Parts: sequence; structure tokens; C-alpha cells
Amino acid sequence: MTALPAVEELTYRDAVRAALREALQRDERVFLMGEDVGRYGGCFAVSMGLLEEFGPERIRDTPLSESGFVGAGIGAALAGMRPIVEIMTVNFSLLALDQILNNAATLLHMSGGQLNVPLVIRMTTGAGRQLAAQHSHSLEGWYAHIPGLRILAPATIADARGMLQPALDDPDPVLIFEHGSLYNVVGTVPDGTGGVDITSAAIRRPGTDVSIITYGGTLATALAAAEQLAEQNVAAEVVDLRVLRPLDDAALVDSITRTHRAVIVDEGWRSGSLSAEVAARLVEQAFYELDAPIERVCAAEVPMPYARHLEQAALPQPEAVVAAARRTVATHA
Amino acid sequence: MTATTKRTARAKRSRGHPTSTPTTPDRPELYRQMLRIRRFEEKCVELYSAEKIRGFMHLCIGEEAVAVGVMQALSADDAVVATYREHGQALARGLRMETVLAEMFGRSTGCSRGRGGSMHLFDSSLRFYGGNAIVGGGLPLAVGFALAEKLRHSNRVTACVFGDGAVAEGEFHESANLAALWQLPIAFFCENNRYAMGTALEREHAQTDLALRAASYGMVAWSADGMDVLAVADAARRAVELVRESGEPCFVELHTYRFRAHSMYDPDRYREKAEIAQWRTRDPLPALAHRLRSDDVVTDADLQRMEDEIEAEIDAAIQEAEAGPLEPVEELTRFVYSDPGARP
Repeated sequence: MTALPAVEELTYRDAVRAALREALQRDERVFLMGEDVGRYGGCFAVSMGLLEEFGPERIRDTPLSESGFVGAGIGAALAGMRPIVEIMTVNFSLLALDQILNNAATLLHMSGGQLNVPLVIRMTTGAGRQLAAQHSHSLEGWYAHIPGLRILAPATIADARGMLQPALDDPDPVLIFEHGSLYNVVGTVPDGTGGVDITSAAIRRPGTDVSIITYGGTLATALAAAEQLAEQNVAAEVVDLRVLRPLDDAALVDSITRTHRAVIVDEGWRSGSLSAEVAARLVEQAFYELDAPIERVCAAEVPMPYARHLEQAALPQPEAVVAAARRTVATHA
Repeated sequence: MTATTKRTARAKRSRGHPTSTPTTPDRPELYRQMLRIRRFEEKCVELYSAEKIRGFMHLCIGEEAVAVGVMQALSADDAVVATYREHGQALARGLRMETVLAEMFGRSTGCSRGRGGSMHLFDSSLRFYGGNAIVGGGLPLAVGFALAEKLRHSNRVTACVFGDGAVAEGEFHESANLAALWQLPIAFFCENNRYAMGTALEREHAQTDLALRAASYGMVAWSADGMDVLAVADAARRAVELVRESGEPCFVELHTYRFRAHSMYDPDRYREKAEIAQWRTRDPLPALAHRLRSDDVVTDADLQRMEDEIEAEIDAAIQEAEAGPLEPVEELTRFVYSDPGARP
């Protein structure tokens, strides 16, 4: 057997950093801006070392002015630069919601096609680290509500490495949500750099009995559930949405056409959520393929609590996904 | 650290600074531009009453000196970020009257293809970036334009126009801090018309001296008479020169007043009639016309000819705008995302 080329193991954090470094190297117009991205090395150490390599003009520390520096990113993008703006957490991004919605997502249409905004905004999302209710929420579904934005949720090392460049190549604003629990996950990137698409969902585990549809931080939850289900002779297919807006409807319908059952796993709250949108689309587009009611496993509808046992109780767990999947397969058409 | 010292040293008010060589503005042209905006907006009122223009429409009647004085100080390469009370700024920047009218008529020949209306006039070819109707929301954008120029080492200036209301927004303070902290080439022009919609300056600000507030961020800041186009032109020219030469921001507060209500929906119950009448005595148009006549720069016949030419331009613009096609409904969702194949 011929030896395969050595594939380096790296963390999700390393993968994001490698993507940032490559983007900064290949295009002078690219710069990174955000709170503590420079001297501190990034709140989650993602940009460690980039200040030394690219200097303070391109690795730009900002004051705590989310609306100000996100808006500045939009302005710089309009003026021909390719800014990457980092917001520490999705909860903080609410301070910049005016700029993201009223300007980044809106200017192209409102100007009759004159002002596209080639901006990338990265931010951390999600719970699981006992950071309580102002640092732990999953609000990417809110952003997925907004026409004019592309919303990405890299759940794998390959996507963390590969999604940034196509996001920068996109003429319109792209938001990348990095689940905070993923930064230390170790894996490989198949072909080293791995260009990926930012349009389609991906099947992470094929199956025939039920589709578990998820994204981001709960991909691991879904895969763990699928493993347990396999031991119970239920072949679950795990679909990673990857792109939360625009949703890859065709991939969802394809999967349901194979399995006829769906469990949606979403760390966001259930009411008025991304999980609700996915469920609605399945009902609209694949109603006659469904052999069982759609199940949803979401975060409990509470502000995320601090205590570990409470936080874990509030989050989607593999056992709840298994139970939901078993309910769907217990229903026979 | 010297930079800190320097900023601290500059954190004081500057009245009448910086100095620069005086140039003689083309006074009849400044007058003509103000008159053009005044007559245009008076016609807009008629068109609104005739329901040809709908939605919110905010007039700058009384504030023409600000629009004309600021825009004449800029070069074609500079960028402008304006407010929703921007008809005058748009016309003074060079947007064609017929495309502005067509926009307000909702036509596809409008400068925003009928998607923006009165509050959202854009022309990227003139680097006129709106048309921003979230008070304060344009300021961070302007900071970004200036940041891009700094990173490119260009000498282009970004002019950001906003009102007294915006100074109460957090985005003003974030933007002023960023501009001063990063030493960005941006000229902030605060069009202080003394009312945030219906809320008087004294009822919205603990410190009503807005230039003083800006100066606290460590940028040169001063006030000028926004009812005198020559004063505005002089202040704007000095501000733009300062920014272009130093690469640093500055702030000019222009004291002005809108003679009409906030918008066409506003019954204007919050101002005393006497106050409006008092400000009308400082109307920037008759004041300059009087000076031009007494200086023998123009004759009454010249002024009448201006009126006639402007009236003819407006009539022709209305006809052309009304003849413009409506954007096809099939195009409704176009420009939510860039057209396929478009690359920035």
C-alpha cells in the first residue's frame, strides 16, 4: 500500500487562523478588525501571532464599539477594501445589529444595485462553557431571517479552514458563526487548504431511516445520537446545514425523500426559530414524503444559566435526539 | 507617549482655526445653487400634495446654505455620507434633478431605481453615499470610508453630514472616538437645526455646545453660522483642507434652522411661530441676494434670469421623471444579492 501524504492534525482554532493568514497574504485589501484581535491575540486566541506577521494596520484592535467598528467595516468594504470584522460573541453583535441589518444587508437593494458590501463578519456563538446568559446564546437564526446576508456555520475543521476565502470572494455580506465549543476540536483538512462551497448542505453520515438536520455546535450531538441509534438498528442520516441563509432546500428535500422522517436539532430557542423555518420548508416542499411528524430538539426557552447541570439541561443532548428519532421511526405510514 | 500628549493638547476648542489662504467663492453661483434647491423643494411640496411623491419627505428649506457650502468644498474624489434630509446635499453634489425626482416618483430611472425614495438618494459615481435614515447610522460608515483611504494612503476626504439629533446617538460617540483614535481623514459636519424631529436642542442635550462635545474626543472642532453660505463655505473649505493636509478628523457645527416642519406628516406643534419668524429673518437666500445686489455683482435682471432658468429646469425634470418607466415587478427581488457573476 502506498503511503498517503501526511495530513497534519490541527484544531478548529488553527484552521480559522490559517484561513485568516492565507487571506491576508493573498489580498492587500483584506484586514482583520475587532476587539482584542491584535495584541491580545483574539479573545479565543484565533488571531494569535497575526499582529506580529501583518502589523497593526491590518490586524486592527478596536475599542468596545461594536456598532462603530462594524459600520466602519461596511464603509471600508464600500470603499473597496475587504474587511474581516470579528465580534467576540453573538450576544455582543446585538450592539451592531443596526449596522448589520439597516446598512450591510440593505444598501445594495436600497441603492438600486449600486452599493454591494463585500464584508465578512466572524463571531462566536453558542453555549456549553458556563458563560451564562450574556455570552452563550445562539442567535444566528435571527440573522438568517435577514435578506441580503449569507449566513455560514462551519461545524468541521475543513469548513473552518475553507469557508473564509469564498466568503471574501462573495460580493455581498457574509456572517460566519463559529461555535465556541469547537475551537479546541482536532481534525484534519483533507487536501491541506480545502476550498469548500458556501452554498450547500452536507451529509455527514448517510442513513435511511431518519434525517437528523443540524448545524454548527450541535453537529457533534447529532453524530453521537446517530451512533447510538445505529446500535438500536436505526440508520440515521445526519445533515449539516452549513449555510443557514440561503438554505439548501434541495438537500433537505433529498434527504427526507430517502428517510421520510426528520429530527431538527438546533441550539437556538424553538419559537420563531431556524428549526421552525426548516420544518416549515419540509412541510411545504416534501409533505407527502413525510411518514411521521417532524421532531425538534432545541435549547430550553430560558436565558442560558451558569451552573453546569442547568446549562446542560438547557441544551440539546444526544439522548433527547435519540428519543425524538425513535418516536419518528415508531410511526409507520 | 507623544501621541497621547498630542491628542490631549488638541482636546480644546478651536474657533476660527485652522487658518488658510482665503479664496473668493463664486458668490452668484452659491446663490444660484441655494435658489435651485429652494425652488426644487417648494415644487416637491406641490408634488407631494398631488400625491406624486409619497412616504416620508424631509425638506431642507432654510438649511440650503449648509448643503451648498459644504458640497462646494469637496472634490470629485471625496466621499459624502449624508442624512435623510438630503435633497439639497444631493443636488449640490451633482445628482441630476430628474433622477432625484424620478426616485421620489418611484421610477426605475430614479437614482436608486425606485427602491429608496426621498430618504435614500445614492449615486456611487459621484461618491454620494446616501440617503441614511437611521439617525447616526451613517457615521460609522463614514469612518469606514476614511479608514479605507488611510489604509490606501490616499488624500481623499470623507465628509459626513448629520444633525444635532445624531449627536445623542451612541454611534456618534463611537465614530468620533474611532476617527480621532485612528487619525482618520474625515470631516464631520453637524447640521444643527435645533430640533431632533420635535425635541428641542435643550431638551435632548445636557451640553448643547456640540462642538465642545466633539472637541472632547481630541479633534479640532468649531462652530459656524449655517445661515450664511459664505460662512459655511469658508468653514467647510478650511475643514476639508485641514483633513486633507493632516489626515486627521475635524468637526464643524453649523447652526441652522428648518423653516418647514420635520416631515410632510409633522403638524409642527412644538415650535413657537415667533421663533420660526425670527429665524426666517436670517433666511440665507435674501440675505445673499441683497449683498450681491448692493455690491453690484448681480442685477435684478440677473436674479430674474436665474429664477427663470431654474423654473425651466424643474419643469423639464418633472416631465422627464414622469416619463420614466416603473421598475418591473419582476425586478422586485433583484439587488437583494449581487447579480450572478458580479464580483466586487
